[in-house]
Amino acid sequence: MTEPSLATTPTAKRSIWSRIPVIHQLRQSVGLQRGMLIAGLVITGIFVLVAIFAPVISPYGYAQLSDAHGQFGAQQAPGGAHIWGTTVGGFDVYSRVLWGAQTAIVVIIVSVLLSIFAGIFLGLVSGYFGGWLDRVLVVVCDAIYAFPSLLLAIVMAIVISGGQSSLWGGIFAAAISITVVFIPQYFRVIRAEAVRIKAEAYVESAKVVGASNSRIMFRHVLRNSTRTLPLIFTLNSSEAVLTLAGLGFLGFGIEPTSASEWGYDLNKALSDVTSGIWWTSLFPGLAIVLGVLGITLVGESLNDLADPRLRGRRAVAGTAGVVAETSVVPGGTLTAGPGGLGGLEGGIPGGYGSEVRP
Amino acid sequence: MSSVTTPLSPDTVPGPAEPGRLQKRKQGGSGGGLARYIVVRVLLIIPTIFILVTLVFVLMRSTGDPITAALGGRLSAAQLAERIHAAGYDRPLYVQYFEYLGHAFTGDFGTTLSDNQPVVQVLLTYGSATLELAFYALIVAFVVGIPLGMVAAYYRDKGRDAFLRVFAILCYATPVFFAGLLLKLVFSIWLNWLPVAGRASTSAELAMQTLPSPTGIYLIDAFQTGDPAIVGDVLSHAVLPAIALGLLTAGVFLRLVRTNVIGTLSTEYVDSARSRGVSEIRLVRKHAYRPALIPIITVIGLQIALLLGGAVLTETTFEWKGLGFQLVHYLQARDFVAVQGMVALLAVIIAVTNFIVDIIAALIDPRVRY
Repeated sequence: MTEPSLATTPTAKRSIWSRIPVIHQLRQSVGLQRGMLIAGLVITGIFVLVAIFAPVISPYGYAQLSDAHGQFGAQQAPGGAHIWGTTVGGFDVYSRVLWGAQTAIVVIIVSVLLSIFAGIFLGLVSGYFGGWLDRVLVVVCDAIYAFPSLLLAIVMAIVISGGQSSLWGGIFAAAISITVVFIPQYFRVIRAEAVRIKAEAYVESAKVVGASNSRIMFRHVLRNSTRTLPLIFTLNSSEAVLTLAGLGFLGFGIEPTSASEWGYDLNKALSDVTSGIWWTSLFPGLAIVLGVLGITLVGESLNDLADPRLRGRRAVAGTAGVVAETSVVPGGTLTAGPGGLGGLEGGIPGGYGSEVRP
Repeated sequence: MSSVTTPLSPDTVPGPAEPGRLQKRKQGGSGGGLARYIVVRVLLIIPTIFILVTLVFVLMRSTGDPITAALGGRLSAAQLAERIHAAGYDRPLYVQYFEYLGHAFTGDFGTTLSDNQPVVQVLLTYGSATLELAFYALIVAFVVGIPLGMVAAYYRDKGRDAFLRVFAILCYATPVFFAGLLLKLVFSIWLNWLPVAGRASTSAELAMQTLPSPTGIYLIDAFQTGDPAIVGDVLSHAVLPAIALGLLTAGVFLRLVRTNVIGTLSTEYVDSARSRGVSEIRLVRKHAYRPALIPIITVIGLQIALLLGGAVLTETTFEWKGLGFQLVHYLQARDFVAVQGMVALLAVIIAVTNFIVDIIAALIDPRVRY
């Protein structure tokens, strides 16, 4: 479950460098897809950097109302000491937007990690053992999956914090609410893979040798069923940001004195808009859009690169056998791409848009 | 980290990783057909509804009883206990659960604490507004998403495709409430073209309330009044919320149409149609698009959930007095009986809608029902 093992593939003996999921895809991509991937990585990188260095970059604290010159004042237009103005509550918009990145990242990490562990465990057990437990879990997860995630997150937020949040309580409430929404996704993917893999010959031989169930599950099945995880990971991260903002917007977020949260700020900006005050909503909103955009661009690119039908095409489509192989091992070194070896790593000059229609 | 021993055999599952939602595998499913499929699907929604209702009950009640949540701190402990006893919340939880299930089964989802209305009545009153909003949003999503998706597929990997894909991601990445705020700011405040919030202006609402049989769906009611000014008023109120919510779904449709049309464009019958001299536009619009529609219809079922979640946010942004607006109102009043009832009932609605969509998909595509 460590990062490098996500891309572990049958063709072993590759350097650690090429086994890190995103790096590999970056080298595999060409042209437009590479552009989208890089753009996504850059935006996400900025997002992470801002989150880490928020205390250094931001001129004020997220809950700071006054400085040496006195109170900030509410709804001050951008300019002067407050380059993005101040909110209706008298906070500095610029500082709160920067600090908000930190909250978002923490929530992403907590929620995605929790759901990965819970979802993988349930999926493995369910898929590997089968039986009535499997059936029950599948029906439950399908039911949860069909439910509007925001409503579920609201219910969870009520359960966890009674709808009112304090410092870390708020962050965890949001993260766990999002976790519950995500578990079915990991569960379904891992379960489907486990069901497929447990029929493989090497699982059978492991059984013959006398390996225990847990060893087979975690060593043989899990290792081979993680191919889609980086993809779901990125897509979930972006959804986590959106769900957090949605919760905040509906008033289930984190109190402004505990942490900065973009959705909460947008909620407070709702009435500002009517009087033409744009800066309190524009900047936190753009922060959400940019954060989600960056992560989604990475996720989309990973998705396309994992799917041979969508991968940037060169010359002619490959044969079915080749397609099957590449789609099973998206993180592996491509010994044969859809169009053969040509330009997989380097890219063909003018390869894009110059394909010949049959 | 040891190396993994055996390579995955190349002949396994070439398709994308999405596990089939609908395809309940049945061995040797040559016969049976549609009737059998419908029966299986009907049997499947019962546990779904049961699980969701149970889940909501367990989660909401694990916080304690609703009366303490709503009134705690405002009443003395003795008064609270008296109220709790009167409402039956001091009985064992499983007794309450079975009572709740029994009531839910007969369509009684409880009575709101704050304004003493049956939850079903709340749903009937405000559901029409949400339905109307969802309908407008779907129109926007179809009109924007499907043609653009075809364009993106045709110009695959070229400039237009890249632009449209970023547009689709932006649609997804922009929270509906932020999109709503921006639209309000630009079109209502700065340009002053469209109303800021609400479903209709007060005079129009009054005119529609005097109708002999108001439906609650304002567009229909507006037509009933026969006054074009009222129709225009209702429509102008709907534009911004519909765009805010519709764009969210439009992005999904765009991506979906693009992926599927790319798939069908590379099939042999498209090649053969092209060699017969069928025009490129016709090729995309008829030959490639029609078969690509099937997966789109099944996904619409899943979109209902997204749409409802988005509706909660959109309605709050635009003060559109529908279910989501009302749900947030009850949440803020800490009226958890109402919240529990509404969420449970919404779960039922979603399960039923998904069922209908699945049936439609099966009617269109025989492959679905195996």
